[in-house]
Amino acid sequence: MDNLEQKFNETIKMGLDIVKETEEDRLMTLSVGPQHPGSGHFRFTIKVDGDYIVYCDPDPGYVHRGEEKMCEYRNFIQNIPHLERPIIHDSTNITYSYSLAVEELANIQVPLRGQYIRALASELNRQVYTLYWLAIYGIFLGHSTMFMWPMGDRELFIDLLEALTGARVTHAFNIPGGVRNDIPEGFRDRCLRQVEYFEKRLTEYEDIFYNNPLFRQRTEGVGILTKDNAIKLGVTGSVLRASGIPFDVRKAEPYDIYDQIDFKIQYMKTCDSFARSTVPFLDMKESCHIIRQLLDKMPKSGEVRAKLQPNPKGPPGESYKRVESGRGALGYYIVSDGTPKPYRVKISVGSFRNMLALPFLLVGSKLADMPSIYWSLNYWPVEADR
Amino acid sequence: MSAGQSDTQSGSEQKKTDSDSTQTSVSKKTEIVVPKFEQDLVNKIVSGFGDKIVQVLHVRRGRTKIIVPPGQIVQIATFVRDTLGFDHAESVSGTDYPKDNQIEVIYHLGSYSVDDLSSQILALSTRIDRNDARLPSLINIFKSVEYHERETFEMLGVYFEGHPRNERFLLPEDWADIPPLRKEFRIKGR
Amino acid sequence: MIKDLVNPSNFNLLVGKLGDVLTRALDQPLGYAINWGRIWSLWPVHLETACCSVEFGAASGPRYDVERFGIIEAFGSLRQCDLIVVQGTVTRKMAPRLRMVYDQMPDPKYVIAMGACAITGGLYIDSYNVLPGVDGIIPVDVYVPGCPPRPETLIQGTMLLQEKIKRSKIR
Repeated sequence: MDNLEQKFNETIKMGLDIVKETEEDRLMTLSVGPQHPGSGHFRFTIKVDGDYIVYCDPDPGYVHRGEEKMCEYRNFIQNIPHLERPIIHDSTNITYSYSLAVEELANIQVPLRGQYIRALASELNRQVYTLYWLAIYGIFLGHSTMFMWPMGDRELFIDLLEALTGARVTHAFNIPGGVRNDIPEGFRDRCLRQVEYFEKRLTEYEDIFYNNPLFRQRTEGVGILTKDNAIKLGVTGSVLRASGIPFDVRKAEPYDIYDQIDFKIQYMKTCDSFARSTVPFLDMKESCHIIRQLLDKMPKSGEVRAKLQPNPKGPPGESYKRVESGRGALGYYIVSDGTPKPYRVKISVGSFRNMLALPFLLVGSKLADMPSIYWSLNYWPVEADR
Repeated sequence: MSAGQSDTQSGSEQKKTDSDSTQTSVSKKTEIVVPKFEQDLVNKIVSGFGDKIVQVLHVRRGRTKIIVPPGQIVQIATFVRDTLGFDHAESVSGTDYPKDNQIEVIYHLGSYSVDDLSSQILALSTRIDRNDARLPSLINIFKSVEYHERETFEMLGVYFEGHPRNERFLLPEDWADIPPLRKEFRIKGR
Repeated sequence: MIKDLVNPSNFNLLVGKLGDVLTRALDQPLGYAINWGRIWSLWPVHLETACCSVEFGAASGPRYDVERFGIIEAFGSLRQCDLIVVQGTVTRKMAPRLRMVYDQMPDPKYVIAMGACAITGGLYIDSYNVLPGVDGIIPVDVYVPGCPPRPETLIQGTMLLQEKIKRSKIR
């Protein structure tokens, strides 16, 4: 009898040992891959325990086109068309920084009117970029009206840029030495009318999107990035300003004529996803003031471009210049060795620096919060891969 | 060929005063003036470690560059973070100089917490041997260099000791060629 | 009486003739109807390859409304879609995934190559990571040139695809 009972107990124990699940069995590995409506052309692997994410590993490189290597085989002016493709909808800013760095290397002076037009195109592009970001944010969270309205308003700004530069998105407008052409007639009045209309629209956006209780519930208190962590991780742009650090390259080291423009840095202290989605909206409002001031203060006439030799080059040297693009501080480190082609070009983009915050914020949050955290970090894969 | 080292202080200052005469510049009237704040910064580092170790390459308005030997880079980076106040890295990049048989790795450091330093970028650079490229990693001092160092590893072949993942990042999984940013890697047709 | 008329010897002939008549009477209108259904409901897979995706997004906006052609970005699975728009550069890392996505789609499926980079490699033809054109890995129906193509060009490309589908034979 004892023997049988002992055997019975042993069998039960053995069965329970087999049935007991290990730590690894509970986790499920998901690949939020390049073909996914919620991630764009970027892949990250996550491990999920029930509803909570416990591990995240980003895997960029699906759009790595070798921009930095290609820069070494073309001269300074030929580099402009392919350098503006990484951020195609904000292309004026990424070539702005390049032009500033080349002007420092080759010692080129930009005329005053050219500087004003450059800043004007940069501000218009900032509006275009932020509206695209807002549209995709709407569709990620299922708010399809918020996809249609910004896309429609964006077309009006693209019309202005098309009248100014000749192309919808890939302008090739900034070159080392200034801009390619002057503003057309009647542009000033059109621009002012558009800015006035847009400011009224911004109040409507606030009503349907930012005051929407569903949006607030999905983003408030989600993905908290404290001030110390933001400094340690080295994030930039609106992610930084939503964590309570008022840093903007246009105020910290003003380039061109930004030291004569009066504007305030918009920042918020709540550090969550809602703050990260409100800061670009406030930036757009501030940008409208900047556009008005630029149009007022622009000199009435003058050259827009410095006269360049056919193959501009400078003495051997290096330079690092940065500009506030729609996504953050965009820096160029250019080394030149005295020939018309650069020796090394390194682009430091906001998306690549903000990518470090992605595994940091996703671990410990729920799977359903992933779109609102991911897109609030303002990550554009084409730019991060260069 | 070495782009940084041939650049003297006065030559760069001349270039700087010419190109930013449209900006509000302190050194507008005089020809050769070294900006004081940046010179103080650099002097603090040099006095802490000595002239033999820290070499100053250029001092311009807002940009300073020093070059240190690879063995001392961790101590100097700790000093820069604790005493001077630079708290994150804007970018980490490497340049291949086959004529000197060296690779130059350069860290651009910026500051968010100290107001005076918000327009300053300190470039901390070091030169290592091209055939055996190893360097201690700064990841324990500045966490923000993690992905930049990984990209420099795969693009130039520089091994960072102490970095948790020296792996392929942006290139395809089946990449079987030399690191692309080396000068002997030629792209097709050119 | 029918039992007398229809006997095993001429049953086959009757069915054969009936099949012929049915084929001629119904095939053409049926084909027309099926193709009409396919043309006005092309659903693209949500696969953005590179920078042309910005113009594809603008095409879905209110000004160049592409939804009136039936092209709704189906945010469901790709097993329900029948159109791939290869938007832009295809890199060597993305190429196996593109082929996998193409294989997983059910028949009939169509491919539009959008942008200069998808046709021949475009601006990036001498880069080390870029495929010179996408028609080496998947069969392309319509090429839409431009860098990036304007949304109107994309709409013209889909109209060409519609013409091609109208003329195709269904099986």
